[in-house]
Amino acid sequence: MDILRIATAGSVDDGKSTLIGRLLYETRSVPQDRLDAIDAASKRRGVDFLDLSLLTDGLIAEREQGITIDVAHVYFNTPRRKYIIADTPGHFEYTRNMVTGASKASVSIILIDARNGLVEQTHRHYFIAALLRIRTVIVCVNKMDLVGYSQARFDQIARDFERLAEQIKPEGQEIHLLPASSLHGENITRPSANLRWYRGPALLDLLESAEAHPQRALPARLQVQHVIRPRTEALHDYRGYAGRVASGTFAIGDEIVVLPDERNSRIAAIERFGQRVESAEAGESVTLQLADDIDISRGYLLAKPSEAPVPHREIDARVCWLDHQPLTAGKAYVLQHGVQRVRAKVVAIYGVVNVASLNITPGPPQLNLNEIGTVSLKLGQPIYADDYEDNPANGAFVLIDEWTNNTAGVGFIEPNTQSESPPEVHMGFGV
Amino acid sequence: MIDIIELSQPNTQLLIDDHTAFPTELADEAIYILREAAAQFERPAILFSGGKDSIVVTHLAVKAFAPAKVPFPLLHIDTGHNFPETIDYRDWLVKSLGLDLIVRYVQDSIDRGRAREETGKYASRNVLQTVTLLDAIEELKFDACIGGARRDEEKARAKERIFSVRDEFGQWDAKHQRPELFDMLNGRIGPGQNVRVFPISNWTELDVWNYIREQNLELPSIYFAHERDVFDRDGLVWSDSPFIHKTPDERPYRARVRFRTVGDMTCTAAVKSGAATLDTVIAEIRSAEISERGARIDDKRSEAAMERRKREGYF
Repeated sequence: MDILRIATAGSVDDGKSTLIGRLLYETRSVPQDRLDAIDAASKRRGVDFLDLSLLTDGLIAEREQGITIDVAHVYFNTPRRKYIIADTPGHFEYTRNMVTGASKASVSIILIDARNGLVEQTHRHYFIAALLRIRTVIVCVNKMDLVGYSQARFDQIARDFERLAEQIKPEGQEIHLLPASSLHGENITRPSANLRWYRGPALLDLLESAEAHPQRALPARLQVQHVIRPRTEALHDYRGYAGRVASGTFAIGDEIVVLPDERNSRIAAIERFGQRVESAEAGESVTLQLADDIDISRGYLLAKPSEAPVPHREIDARVCWLDHQPLTAGKAYVLQHGVQRVRAKVVAIYGVVNVASLNITPGPPQLNLNEIGTVSLKLGQPIYADDYEDNPANGAFVLIDEWTNNTAGVGFIEPNTQSESPPEVHMGFGV
Repeated sequence: MIDIIELSQPNTQLLIDDHTAFPTELADEAIYILREAAAQFERPAILFSGGKDSIVVTHLAVKAFAPAKVPFPLLHIDTGHNFPETIDYRDWLVKSLGLDLIVRYVQDSIDRGRAREETGKYASRNVLQTVTLLDAIEELKFDACIGGARRDEEKARAKERIFSVRDEFGQWDAKHQRPELFDMLNGRIGPGQNVRVFPISNWTELDVWNYIREQNLELPSIYFAHERDVFDRDGLVWSDSPFIHKTPDERPYRARVRFRTVGDMTCTAAVKSGAATLDTVIAEIRSAEISERGARIDDKRSEAAMERRKREGYF
């Protein structure tokens, strides 16, 4: 059984909580006592139906405001797979939460209120899904019951969305558009008689068939988290390199190169959960033993010699800023790439993008909370990263504020321009 | 408004027949997190309660560092109101897995005047254990406490991070949590801060049970159906014990029960059950009408009870 991670995003009141509640309810993931509690709470609030949005309603502050303010996690199962929904808020102050929730997702569900069509938030949500190169995007045109299940209305919204997406859609991303009513459970887990003109799959069918692990086909990468040395009589010479395979696969006998030392060796043994195995693939936590005695520390990267990443001392990256303290040129941060931390200094901020209009303002003095821009960074030590578009699992990093220790930003490595003078402004997007 | 319950019932085609598979990548994720805890902190410890979640975390730690020893101890905050079966099990587990165990007692906190015993019908040491825990963290200089909390347990926990930073008062600030992107964990902390680490955040109750079955893990006997003296209160079945103040009309009787979660005797309700094996327990959970924490008396105190306790430094 595999796991599909989903990010949901939507504007206030477009029915996101109801949609999630509906998925939970129809997959029988809600125990009776919770349903009873929701039924009672619905009645207390004076609504005369089962308010499924209450299923995912969370913290006290939220209940006061009546909106979601942070990333919440919701779980449900079908016989086929386990689902984890990172439910992220849609209002614009919280781009940071949306990026956080979406960072682990292989599917993004974008909700559109059929009455309103595309709104600024829709642009923001899709921009983030494109920036993160999320494999599958499902655009759920919700509240179709409130527009008389109009096919013309749906078609108009679909055309508008396609026009938005064609400017920034990353290669390999699948976009599905479907009409639904989460309040009435139409097209969520089963088709609806009211939407007979729609011949595509229901939401759950799309989720059941979405690809969960695209990173397995990519070049092999493993960062060492921890060196295991039992220091017992029986295992005197044992040295195990513990880490999680970020992408690709490793097998016993594979030639590997250890970076940064550029020493070559061969995989002598692989253990997973304390048991010997023949090979390991992306996502698996393993312990590798090598044929040669090489000095390896935490943060070292193992790859295959023919497809090894190159060292980066200067990187260009798109950065989404997550902190109240803005990012400024000249400031130093701790850059964490996987488990490896190096010092990093901001050399230049090339531009900041307006995610709704896609207009770029060149050379801003700083990047503020929730802004996305392109920056150039100089590193204290090289990192062995890939461009994010080639290998997302080895192409992203976070920036940590040295004074507050907060995770202040997230970056996506861009192909390096290698030029001395700031290049012409580029966001890697369209025009 | 239409009554949507009538309009659309749960989709019967999605009734789950074989729900026994454990998603193995949850164990990979947990081991990745445990290894990060070992690498990023000077003095981590596993908060061991004797409940199934902390038992699973302990077994995962053994796998994460095999064939070396688990590089941190277990810390048990003993309220003095534990089920005796839990303490027996704890001692057996530590011995059989070759682990280090540190125990701190709520009674000591009470004796030293750090905590005051609650009184009345619902008196429990559940809240007091926070005092003992925070004192232990300070005394033993733990910078990371690894716990078995899961996001599916309760609404406030759904927003918890994997690495959750606490200030020196042990407080959780739900509004100013560090974002966690991809699987990168930021455990950098300042003086006085420490981190709660939750390796099985993304497991559900059923995942935990399926893992226990797949791995054939031993559990404390109270998780399985047994005869016990119980009494009824507030629609729940309470275990009769000297630590609970019964009113005269609360008469104990003998019943066949099991526990679905295991906390203190004062805050864990039993369920009437004949499920004496893992298979029958799992079958019962799948069809259960009541959620897991529905049997936790401590959560019933108020709707926002868990969130409030978490902000105050609770596990």
